[in-house]
Amino acid sequence: MSSLLKVDRCTIRFGGLTAVSNLDMTIGSRELVGLIGPNGAGKTTVFNMITGVYQPTEGSIFLNDERLNGLKPFNITARGIARTFQNIRLFVSLTVFDNVRAAFNLHLKNGPIHALTRGGKFKREESDIEEQALDLLKIFNLERFRDVMCKNLPYGDQRRLEIVRALATKPRLLLLDEPAAGMNPTEKSALMTLIEFIQEKFDISVLLVEHDMRVVMGICKRIYVLDYGLTIAEGAPEEIRRDPKVIQAYLGE
Amino acid sequence: MRHARALLAVFLVLLFLFALFIEHPFSTHFSYYYDILINIGINIILAVSLNLVNGYTGQFSLGHAGFMAVGAYAAGSWSTHLGPSIINLLAGSSGILTPLLQPLGIQLAVGDNVSLLISTLFGGLLAALAGLAVGIPSLRLRGDYLAIVTLGFGEIIRTLILNIDFLGAARGMSVTGTYTNVFWTFGFAAVAIYVVLGLVNSTYGRGFLTVRDDEVAAEAMGINTTKYKVIAFVVGAFFAGTAGSLYAQFTGYVTPEGFNFFKSVDVVVMVILGGMGSTAGVVVAAILLTILPELLRTLAHTDFVPALQTSLESVIKIHLPPLQGLLENRLILYSLLLIILMLTRPQGLFGDLAGSRKRVAPPASK
Amino acid sequence: MAQVILFLQQLLNGLSLGSIYALIALGYTMVYGVLRFINFAHGDVYMLGAFCGFGITNLLYNFCHLDQYNAISVHTFIPIFLCTGIVMLGSMIFCAILGVLIERIAYRPLRDRPRLTVLITAIGVSLFLQNMTQFFVGAQPQAFKQLIPVRAIEGLGDLTILSSQAAIILSTIVLMILLRLIVMKTKLGLAMRALSVNPMACSLMGVNNGLVISFTFALGSALAAAAGILVAMDSPSVTPLMGNVPGIKAFVAAVLGGIGNINGAVVGGLVIGVLETMVEGYGFPQLRDAIAFGVLIIILLYKPTGLFGRVEREKV
Repeated sequence: MSSLLKVDRCTIRFGGLTAVSNLDMTIGSRELVGLIGPNGAGKTTVFNMITGVYQPTEGSIFLNDERLNGLKPFNITARGIARTFQNIRLFVSLTVFDNVRAAFNLHLKNGPIHALTRGGKFKREESDIEEQALDLLKIFNLERFRDVMCKNLPYGDQRRLEIVRALATKPRLLLLDEPAAGMNPTEKSALMTLIEFIQEKFDISVLLVEHDMRVVMGICKRIYVLDYGLTIAEGAPEEIRRDPKVIQAYLGE
Repeated sequence: MRHARALLAVFLVLLFLFALFIEHPFSTHFSYYYDILINIGINIILAVSLNLVNGYTGQFSLGHAGFMAVGAYAAGSWSTHLGPSIINLLAGSSGILTPLLQPLGIQLAVGDNVSLLISTLFGGLLAALAGLAVGIPSLRLRGDYLAIVTLGFGEIIRTLILNIDFLGAARGMSVTGTYTNVFWTFGFAAVAIYVVLGLVNSTYGRGFLTVRDDEVAAEAMGINTTKYKVIAFVVGAFFAGTAGSLYAQFTGYVTPEGFNFFKSVDVVVMVILGGMGSTAGVVVAAILLTILPELLRTLAHTDFVPALQTSLESVIKIHLPPLQGLLENRLILYSLLLIILMLTRPQGLFGDLAGSRKRVAPPASK
Repeated sequence: MAQVILFLQQLLNGLSLGSIYALIALGYTMVYGVLRFINFAHGDVYMLGAFCGFGITNLLYNFCHLDQYNAISVHTFIPIFLCTGIVMLGSMIFCAILGVLIERIAYRPLRDRPRLTVLITAIGVSLFLQNMTQFFVGAQPQAFKQLIPVRAIEGLGDLTILSSQAAIILSTIVLMILLRLIVMKTKLGLAMRALSVNPMACSLMGVNNGLVISFTFALGSALAAAAGILVAMDSPSVTPLMGNVPGIKAFVAAVLGGIGNINGAVVGGLVIGVLETMVEGYGFPQLRDAIAFGVLIIILLYKPTGLFGRVEREKV
């Protein structure tokens, strides 16, 4: 069986600190998988490893059987993995619209020369991208903000904009780093519906890092639990909820 | 930008008409103002090209004068030595094509304008290569370090020229063929503006801005940040080279001292005053900062300052050096301008505050 | 044997030159340590230290007549030492105050801004200091009056060391010891070290960050002033632009040692000094200034953290 993403015994060490140890993870197509664990467990490090920001010290990462080790982040995004960030990293000098349009850069057919000659092909692609970007914003109910500077958006909308931007790169796998952080319960419910919706509509898999158990248990079909870089549990939400090791990790002895 | 190509074409036509009818009498009767006009054009090219690197892409380069030097000396060499050599090689007394041309009575000669165009492009091209050589190793450095390394490379280029006797070393190099005119100067300026604006105002060009805003996020969105940085650097260097070429073929004489760190600072001040990331702003700043020193110099030669100085000295009872010197010393004014700008209006005239937004304290090291 | 003598001679010269670079480099490295900022204007503080010393020496000459001393001996030692000490101390205090003033006026208001803004300001301050000095003093080199008689020291056989070079090395050693005492044994020194690791935590622990930062600037500037005086004793001409070249070389030394690392700055300074004199002594004087730039480019490309520096990972 060929899975979408396969993390094969990955370990990452920073000097004397082992941040992630022997991680085995598979994500199939159209799967919604969760990654949880106490603070400092190494969850964001896993994201950074998968997206190429850090290289695993040991082990390999495969996307559709292609080995990702050693590739630069933009190459990995080109192969279909997109992400959001724990601390919002929008392009602050750009508007909402431009933030999304910037992410279409990846699949651009016209290069700098066309930008200078401004021929018909160029204009067609530009308006095509405008349309696609607008469509994406509409799905997320953000198109009314299109010309607002993204830093002036309310916090929750900024988080959703990050997701829109990531989707603009046309990924097969979307990594969401604590998308519900700072949201109130109503917003969180809306987010849960949204994540399930985009998974269906865009036919992608989602790997979700979250602290809010209601969100994770609510939408994830499978969950990995990390503690101090080690995988202490893996399985369906009901199993994880009852797993004594997980309870201990979160609540202590 | 909808009618960019049309606008450029119209501008070039107007420029051509100016060059045809007005330029010669203007340069003869108003030569002082003519000089200033040409310098404005050259400074616009410098400022707009540096703005692509510093302003739009957020890479702080302090070595722009080095690329200008490459262009100047390249164009100078071309018009003095290389160009005539090639003509000679092709159509001289024992030239390759002479047996073909002579019986037909064809003389191979290159007109002034064509000669200028070729040498300027040559200068730009060599400068672009230098930009590639400097950019590729330097562009993985961030912020402060990039600034220092580009400064270093600018000085290295200057030191190299200083030590190459063929280029005149410290004596400088004289350039035959001073063909620079308003048409070519402002023509290249217009092209530079068109290229920068055309690049940046496109989905492709938005990539430059993302590199400035957040490299990590840009990479995560599939943008090859290194490629963008190099492209910005090379394009910037190309136009700096053309500016240098035009300058060399205007003054007819270049020395390494004219392209030192202070020259780089000159251009940096224009970019900062104009607002990093605003082409219109840096054009205005370039014009202002070309005219301002001249105005001050004129003021320095009036009686106003000595009179002021005498009254000041009688009050504070200390003898000061001639205050005209302050007005004529561009660097004192520019340095004050830099400090005051950074403290009060870092976004310059037309820039946006996004580039100077508040940041939290530096992160703790791991 | 002659080869060994040549080598040792260059080494000696290099240590003397390197000590100067080390003193200046310490200012760069300490400020970078607490603020993560390259103080472009530091080289000009060094220059102003030399000029301040120039001024004080001229004043003192009316009292001391130091040119009457032809050699350092038991009788002349004390007055020479006293006068030199006064000049050094006066200049160091002046520059310490100057450094704090610059920090307060030009850098502190920008503490929340991107580092690029402060870097540009620093460039502005540097140019301003150079050119204002040039405006008041003129571009011609000024002759620094003799503080200590510059003679070759006897008794070393074929090796020559000038009294001025010995003074440089000895003074640097003394200043290093003092600095180490301050940084390791005092509360302010501890605060400096803590600040370079985690400023946020420091202020939460009740440290007055502003005071510590000012103190850091004062220390670095005082050391630069000392360097300026020592150099002026050795090659007695001072010009307003004299801070540019040593400034950038000292910066390279700080980067070589690992910017932010005090020991590294000293090691880096000595290495650059020795490399320069070796290159000159073995027949390539025209490459001397290029050494520093070459070293800079090589380090930044291959080991940007320098010899002793820490890797600072950006948290993604």
